[in-house]
Amino acid sequence: MAHYWQEISALTMRWVRRLSREKFSMLFTLVQPMLFWLIFFGNLFQRAADTQVMQAPNYISFLAAGVVVMTVLNNGLAGGVDLLFDKENGFLERLMSTPIHRTSVILSRFIFVMGITSMQVLVILGVAYLFGVQPATGILGVAMIVLIGMMFGIGLTAISMAMAFSVKSHGDFFSVLGFLSLPMIFLSSALVPLTAMPGWMSFLAQFNPMTWAIDAVRPLILSGWTEALPHVGMVVLVMLVFDALCLYGGAKAFRRAMG
Amino acid sequence: MDRTIAIDVSHLSKTYDSYRAVDDLSFQVYAGEIFGLLGPNGAGKSTTLRTLITLLHPTSGAATVMGYDTVRDADKVRTLIGYVPQERAIDRFLTGREHLQLLGALYHLTKEEAAKRIAKLLTLVELEAHADRPAKTYSGGMKRKLDIACGLLPDPKVLFLDEPTLGLDVQSRLRIWEYVRMLKARGMTIVMTTNYLDEADQLCDRLAIIDGGKIKTLGSPVELKIALGGDIVSLTLKETDRIHSLESELKDRPAIKAVRATTKGLDIRVESPEKALPTILESANRLGCNIEFIQYNRPRLDDVFIAHTGRAITESIPESETA
Repeated sequence: MAHYWQEISALTMRWVRRLSREKFSMLFTLVQPMLFWLIFFGNLFQRAADTQVMQAPNYISFLAAGVVVMTVLNNGLAGGVDLLFDKENGFLERLMSTPIHRTSVILSRFIFVMGITSMQVLVILGVAYLFGVQPATGILGVAMIVLIGMMFGIGLTAISMAMAFSVKSHGDFFSVLGFLSLPMIFLSSALVPLTAMPGWMSFLAQFNPMTWAIDAVRPLILSGWTEALPHVGMVVLVMLVFDALCLYGGAKAFRRAMG
Repeated sequence: MDRTIAIDVSHLSKTYDSYRAVDDLSFQVYAGEIFGLLGPNGAGKSTTLRTLITLLHPTSGAATVMGYDTVRDADKVRTLIGYVPQERAIDRFLTGREHLQLLGALYHLTKEEAAKRIAKLLTLVELEAHADRPAKTYSGGMKRKLDIACGLLPDPKVLFLDEPTLGLDVQSRLRIWEYVRMLKARGMTIVMTTNYLDEADQLCDRLAIIDGGKIKTLGSPVELKIALGGDIVSLTLKETDRIHSLESELKDRPAIKAVRATTKGLDIRVESPEKALPTILESANRLGCNIEFIQYNRPRLDDVFIAHTGRAITESIPESETA
């Protein structure tokens, strides 16, 4: 157990070090493009969006939940990229030829991605706060939001790693990534509530785990615990199933790639 | 000869879909020797190596390292080996020292023990002055040295080198050879793959020539050359269109063991040049071939390779190894 911990902390430190060596990348990671969605998109649609439809005082407070979950989506889907490069340049083989527990590398990646994602979620909620969005459920609600984000992120990161282990080239990886992320966002309640969508889109959006995550995060920001709790309970169930499926697929891909 | 066996490979096969990368391979590596796996790209060298370092499971057959099975006792094997991959498996953002510290933790060394070994290794590969710079500032030769230091960090019983000098300049190459010889002198067992004949000839105590997933021949470079039985006479002809008629003319003549056409002439393996030369010259004369240049060699490892695989190592083969 002490060995396992030694491995995981050394491997996690490596990801942290890498990020800190790339000053620019670190800046852009924290001040994410997602933030622009909140600041520009949120303010841009302030007048165009109907507050009756949104069921929110203004568009930016409606959008905050969507942007939080979009951040989780992007980080999660990109979570396997570094392992993909490790696989391609042989670093992964070097790591796997050492007497480490087979799951250490993957676990270190989960810890790192979840850590970065939580920080970003807090940055986004902080910026939203500057635009007057105060989470109705307070600090505890914020903690709950981070937790929901992590639950969604684990499954996404697992998908991303499974892809990293399965694809032939990193070109394939980025094509699939680009193909996945936008439909996931549009076919969810991130930008518009389901009730305001065309029928076929809202139908599809119901099967998007992202919708469930947003529908739980949104009342935590806008309404309060009584409204939020049923959604939170529901999203925990949905995410448990989602994570189980993704982790199963990820484990399979990992085992196939590692012989 | 009774020597300790460090590695025992028995009837090893590895199949990808329908492609047999390694086909019923059996060989042994003795403790303390430098053993080479020589072959063109796609011959099955890397697949064999990656099985030995526990990264691939054989489709059938088995391999042991220091008596431990590479599948069943994989964890034990991993504590006994060091591995230097073929690609520059370097994280550009980490410094040389950080690479070694990371591996130190993965081999479960204490901080003090790791620091002691790292200092020694950095001196050995002459990287002390650059140890705290990110690896992206390193030259190709420096990266290779760091690779080797990483492979040596666990203080392994067996060191695996995958194409150790691929793409290096001559000086770095000679330096790496020096390290390998020094490690052998310390009693380490070394297994390396290479597609450089001179490297195999210079470094390896014994080598296996692998082609199409099978061992074509195995022995010390000297043995292999002697086993060819005969020296090589190389002809360069003025009229290259007559190469093939001269080839068929010389085949099956008593003093001549084998004939092989090259782009400019013929490589003729002979029992003894004294007996064969008159035959060769007389035949060439009769067919009206003007000989531009004639050369006589003791067999080289190139000739061994050609004799066993039917082609030169530089000639490409249709299938490339994918794993």
